[in-house]
Amino acid sequence: MEIALQYLINGLMLGVMYGLVAVGFTLFFGVLDVIKFSHGDVLTVGVFTGFATYLALKAAQVSSPLVQLIVLSIVAMAAMAALGALIARYLVLPLSGAPALNTLLITLMLGTVLREGVRLGFPDGSNPKPFPALLPTTAYTFGHFTLRLDSLMLLAAGLAMIVAVHLLINKTKLGLAIRAVAQDGETARTMGINFTAVVLITFAIGSGVAAFAGVMNGLYYNEINFSMGLLLGVFGFSAAVVGGLGNIYGAILGGFLFAGLQTIGAVALPFASAYKDVFALAVIIAIMAWRPTGLIAEKSSERV
Amino acid sequence: MIRNKRPSAIALSLAVALVSLPAAAKDKAKVAFIGPLTGGVAANGIGARNSAELAVKLRNADPKAKYDYELLVLDDECKPNVAVQVATKAGADRSVIAAAAHYCSAAAIAAVETYNRLGLPMVVWGAVLPDITYRAKYPEVHRVNGTMINQNEVAAKLMTGLGFKKWVVIHDTTDYGKGHNEYFSKFVKANGGQILGTFGVTADQQDFTAELTQAKALNPEVIYFGGLTPIGIRVRSQMDKIGLNAVLQGTSGIKSDAYIQALGPLAEGSLSFIEGAPIEKLPGGKFFQEQYDKAGYKEPPEAYGAFAFVAMQLILDTIEQVGPDRKKVTDALGKVANYDSIIGAVTFDDHGQNTVPLISKYVVQDGKWVIWEDSEYASGKRKLNK
Repeated sequence: MEIALQYLINGLMLGVMYGLVAVGFTLFFGVLDVIKFSHGDVLTVGVFTGFATYLALKAAQVSSPLVQLIVLSIVAMAAMAALGALIARYLVLPLSGAPALNTLLITLMLGTVLREGVRLGFPDGSNPKPFPALLPTTAYTFGHFTLRLDSLMLLAAGLAMIVAVHLLINKTKLGLAIRAVAQDGETARTMGINFTAVVLITFAIGSGVAAFAGVMNGLYYNEINFSMGLLLGVFGFSAAVVGGLGNIYGAILGGFLFAGLQTIGAVALPFASAYKDVFALAVIIAIMAWRPTGLIAEKSSERV
Repeated sequence: MIRNKRPSAIALSLAVALVSLPAAAKDKAKVAFIGPLTGGVAANGIGARNSAELAVKLRNADPKAKYDYELLVLDDECKPNVAVQVATKAGADRSVIAAAAHYCSAAAIAAVETYNRLGLPMVVWGAVLPDITYRAKYPEVHRVNGTMINQNEVAAKLMTGLGFKKWVVIHDTTDYGKGHNEYFSKFVKANGGQILGTFGVTADQQDFTAELTQAKALNPEVIYFGGLTPIGIRVRSQMDKIGLNAVLQGTSGIKSDAYIQALGPLAEGSLSFIEGAPIEKLPGGKFFQEQYDKAGYKEPPEAYGAFAFVAMQLILDTIEQVGPDRKKVTDALGKVANYDSIIGAVTFDDHGQNTVPLISKYVVQDGKWVIWEDSEYASGKRKLNK
């Protein structure tokens, strides 16, 4: 029982992170019907921006963990929001008339540029970096179940972020505009919605959320490296696809599903846990064969 | 063509040649260093690169040396495919006479066949997988450091001797991790220990909480980790996250300063076993450290620097002896016995394996890797928490 709880917390944590990455994929697909493969690497750049901010704060003798955490999160998210908007403005939008495959390829290449940029540009960037533990590390133990306060706070923050994105999309005027553009860009334009601005804001939101997920990842594992976004990007993308590209709830559902599959793969299968990703991705393939447009399909889903 | 030149020009060039004679008289000979210079274990590769370079520099500064040596440095990134690429590059360049190569077992084992095929004699300076020298009998392949067989025998004896009985093994699924799992499991069972569970993990895995939660339920006293520093760091910090209180017993793969830097106080009490001894305890350690410091390298030589130094020195000595010829160097390396070096005597068996392995035990104490015998854990002042 206690062990099941432990698995649940571990799985939820992973699920929140995958879900947050998947939200970005699904937002971009929603408004422009494009797949932006550099998303995972934007996350890496985000967490390294946060780490650099932390080092700068430390050098400036700001020692309060709370201030450090808030400043580094804001800087990372703002910087990535700007980067996301720039990518949309200068790489994705100009290609909107071209086949979707071109966008996919160009962002795939951009991802490599970002990743190698971090590796070569950050001092000693090839080596893993110790991300600071800025949250209280008090641990509560119930038999075999250990719950750390920082894990709990991260989980709460991640869930809050998901709720915030949900509210933004469903309850605000901006969200209405995003949904309108997602449903039919042309009609939205005729209704007086600034199409370009909405697209840029959507990319900014998605990339900011990715930076948030990156910082969360860094705080949870206390270790970051230049290739962390690559795997998270693949997992996040799988989650978005299996949930149904273009649907926010699908992305979140997909994130938790994927994390659950990985946990089951590591725990319940009789063979070595090294195969957990093989297992999780194989199940995703099976689900895709069963429901090609994902579990919660966007009404007018187009496949790429 | 000489006919076209005027005599004075010939005389002039002769004069120039004579003046610069002391420097230009020696023939060039090229040797290679291969190791991981980027990636998670780059610190070890860079320390070894500096050490090998030091051996070359010292030789070039020696007026008695017959050749002027040039060092070609290649990065295997600790990846099997890249290792094969760079081994091919070094092997195909006929001006390269020999190579001191590889820290990562997975990289080394992938590349040994390439050295054999291209006829490039090489000396392994860090990789510990037994198969590198023992799977086939390649005359080109030699190794100055010991293997993981010796390492794990010593590790199992120490730990069972301390009264530990129950282990959970986590190993990466490269040849390095699998080999460690195999030999450690064998020796620990022979010494009366018990393996409660074994988990293979991928070498780029981020999350180990599922494996560790399962391990925790088995209630082990020790987590044996067979893998390299980056995931060693993740395993140790995530053990803490889920409240798994056990000793982390690593292998040579985590004996790096990066492990301690990334973990801070959490690293306390982690164990590691490596072939060789700390520089100051090596027979020629003082000389090596002095020269290394004098050369002004920023990075420390790390655990295998001395071995890289010896590997390169052995290569240079052999070239001095038989000339810059791959075949002759291969033959001469095969006959090395009681070669006097800073790590003690080196004797190769018929597989090119140094038969005088020296194993040291380490524990992290107050943010440093301390030799077990010198630590407060051995004297009983501190206890590894069970």
